[in-house]
Amino acid sequence: MSQNTIRENKESQITMFKSRMTKSKVIGIFIGLISGLLFGSGMIISGMVNPDKVIAFLDITGNWDPSLAFVMGGALAVFSPIYHFFIKKRKHAISGDKFSWTSNTTIDGTLISGAVIFGIGWGLAGFCPGPVVTSLGGGSNIILAFILSMIVGMVHANQYLAGRFPLPIVGYRKNVCAVEST
Amino acid sequence: MEFTIPWASLFGGMLLGLSAALLMLFSGKIAGISGTIGGLLNPKKNESSWRAAFLTGMILSVIIVTPFGFILPDVSDNNIILVSVAGLLVGFGTRLGNGCTSGHGIIGMGRFSKRSIIATCAFMAAAIIVVLIRRLLGVL
Repeated sequence: MSQNTIRENKESQITMFKSRMTKSKVIGIFIGLISGLLFGSGMIISGMVNPDKVIAFLDITGNWDPSLAFVMGGALAVFSPIYHFFIKKRKHAISGDKFSWTSNTTIDGTLISGAVIFGIGWGLAGFCPGPVVTSLGGGSNIILAFILSMIVGMVHANQYLAGRFPLPIVGYRKNVCAVEST
Repeated sequence: MEFTIPWASLFGGMLLGLSAALLMLFSGKIAGISGTIGGLLNPKKNESSWRAAFLTGMILSVIIVTPFGFILPDVSDNNIILVSVAGLLVGFGTRLGNGCTSGHGIIGMGRFSKRSIIATCAFMAAAIIVVLIRRLLGVL
């Protein structure tokens, strides 16, 4: 291969790379990383990463520790005004992307049973998805075990929602529609 | 009874809200963790790179807060079998119910979404009942 063809190859690769890295994608990755850092920091600082604290918050008949109510309160106090005064008025995000919230407003058995199953798991160990992902860096095999089983549970749910996997008692899902991920 | 405001919890919660607002304002995405992981398992075009970046940020955040004296707690005294069962239930339930404490509890509730308010009440009630049963059985 001559020097020229190599250079041409390289140039075509660069233009291909540039066309793939659209503005919305660059913003998505950059803001994704920043928000991830903020979110994880919030999880650690607030104490959500401590399952004992979570259980103490859920233990309303015992020695109740209300501090995690302040986590949700603080989050809502910041997010809700920004959403209602700034985000809601926009047609699309700053990156040009559409807002990806779901237009689904039906409250059905799938939503309730999913939430109840999640709640049972949350009450059993005091772990939910955000804190465990944040705790990955702690090097604990408890966290690893939770994340791996959580991924398996998610795969099962996706398969069930797509009508490909039967559940005990319930069987296959009947009215299969497109699986929406929120 | 003496009560002091848990400032760290309040401040940490405000960071969560700020993060969710930034992500939605700039790129229109929802900072729901179960949705982010579940979306990577069922990838769609142009939806994976921001999710991977978001999770990377979360995993790396421990490096930022450690110099300020915030460390990850020791969780090694948990029973690994119980934790694995809980993980299966959490993974399955969050996908079925389309969200977890962040997606429903912060973003959905903040938007006053009826679905999210119902879901948050349902998982809080279920978790409180499970903890109550564990207390009654003496395994808390």
